[in-house]
Amino acid sequence: MIAVDPGLFSSLDPPRLAGSRCAACGTVTFPAASGCAKCAGTDLARIELADRGTLWTWTVQAIEPKAPYRAPPAFAPFGVGYVDLGDVIVESRLTGDPAGFEIGMAMRLTLLPLWPGPDGAPVVSYAFEASDE
Amino acid sequence: MSEVAIVGVGLHPFGRHDAALTGMAMGAQACRLALADAGVSWADIGYAVGGSNVSGKPDTLVGVLGLTGVPFVNVRNGCATAGVALATAANAIRAGETDLALAVGFDKHARGAFAASPADYGHGDWYGETGLMVTTQFFAMKDRRYLHTHGLKDRLLAQVAAKAFRCGELNPAAWRRTALSEDEIMRARVINPPLTQYMLCSPSEGAAAVVLARADRAADLCERPVRLAAVAKRTRRFGSFEVFAPWLPPEAGHSPSVDAARAVFAAAGLSPSDVQVAQLQDTDSGAEIYHMAETGLCEDGAQQALIDLNETAPTGRLPVNTDGGCLANGEPVGASGLRQVIEVVLQLQGRAGARQVARAPRVGFTHVYGAPGISACTVLTSAT
Repeated sequence: MIAVDPGLFSSLDPPRLAGSRCAACGTVTFPAASGCAKCAGTDLARIELADRGTLWTWTVQAIEPKAPYRAPPAFAPFGVGYVDLGDVIVESRLTGDPAGFEIGMAMRLTLLPLWPGPDGAPVVSYAFEASDE
Repeated sequence: MSEVAIVGVGLHPFGRHDAALTGMAMGAQACRLALADAGVSWADIGYAVGGSNVSGKPDTLVGVLGLTGVPFVNVRNGCATAGVALATAANAIRAGETDLALAVGFDKHARGAFAASPADYGHGDWYGETGLMVTTQFFAMKDRRYLHTHGLKDRLLAQVAAKAFRCGELNPAAWRRTALSEDEIMRARVINPPLTQYMLCSPSEGAAAVVLARADRAADLCERPVRLAAVAKRTRRFGSFEVFAPWLPPEAGHSPSVDAARAVFAAAGLSPSDVQVAQLQDTDSGAEIYHMAETGLCEDGAQQALIDLNETAPTGRLPVNTDGGCLANGEPVGASGLRQVIEVVLQLQGRAGARQVARAPRVGFTHVYGAPGISACTVLTSAT
């Protein structure tokens, strides 16, 4: 597996997202940043984000977006949402049946296969899916 | 400081036009109409400001309007472009640089949703490639969060769109002039739930211009000048929920529309409850709903009762987007904010035709909002 952008992940197996925390004010960003949007601090440490959270809002991309979206050979509608991880709310693709999406539902991090990489290994991004727990 | 009044308006209708008609040509036409409405010539203009997002450098217009040597500022501030152009032109009068200024906005967009580049917004290619860089997703997700938080029904989105098309039907300059029922709007093609195609404004083509004058000279130029009581613009603060944001802090912040509206009412010495006709950014029908509250025109959640009672229609107590707004006119980004101002001017002057607000409004308000988190607002009042 190859990450679509290596900066997004602290680990692919198990999947974990990487962010940053401001040493001065504690603000957590995703992806990791070099400056803090809240206090303008520049001492930000790279951290691993929680892999569970709750759905904050959501929609479905029902029609194929224009470029820069990299469309698969056959477009299928996909879920998009924001997931509240406690100290940061992260925008994400959502997998699973949108009929079950509801604000406040429990979500967990998973990998999203995108397209084959140069050596045939799948290129992946991240997504959240409904969690039973 | 000099007070500022609007003494002339010119609109090139928004919509889809001949492929050969450039954005710049529509801008020139809007300028000529505004100059004629004010009864002045281009040579009288001492300061000009122009805005366009995709249709060229606005100061090129001097080549067709006349090479008078006029100072000309170009503005490119997303959906707030025209509001910023108006503020800049008004400030030139306030600063004593000129007695007569012109603000113009124009654009000619390709069909379909706006396509954006991740790098332009500081994101990696992954953000666009994985399908997150789509403005309409943000509209749908902000709407859903707002409706959920304040106990509003999804059908309110269709009610707002139906009102927009009823206004468009009454506005000869509107692009979409066919009324649609709430059911037709609800059953239309889903783009990003809860939004269907008729709840989203489309990029379009058009131009708008206004002539501004020192208020103490305005009565010589215009029978019913409209005072630009105040204009204010703001950018986003930490925690505001904006388009193209891979993350948000859990501590919610308010949008730049809240700051810009507070500032403009304070500068005008008026309050939102004084407003008798309003133009709000309605890039989608949910935006009209939450912008009513963000600008202070109503409390969060009060929209359901106001809209159920048709209070935001031209016949209601708080008419909003009487010309059909972005939903019925589409959005040539650089011109949209000046279209809003022109509609309020026509309403305050009693020149709005079939959509005229009946009880002779004396206080109007306009609001634009754009990516990546900017808002510009005006308060306009009858000068007579």
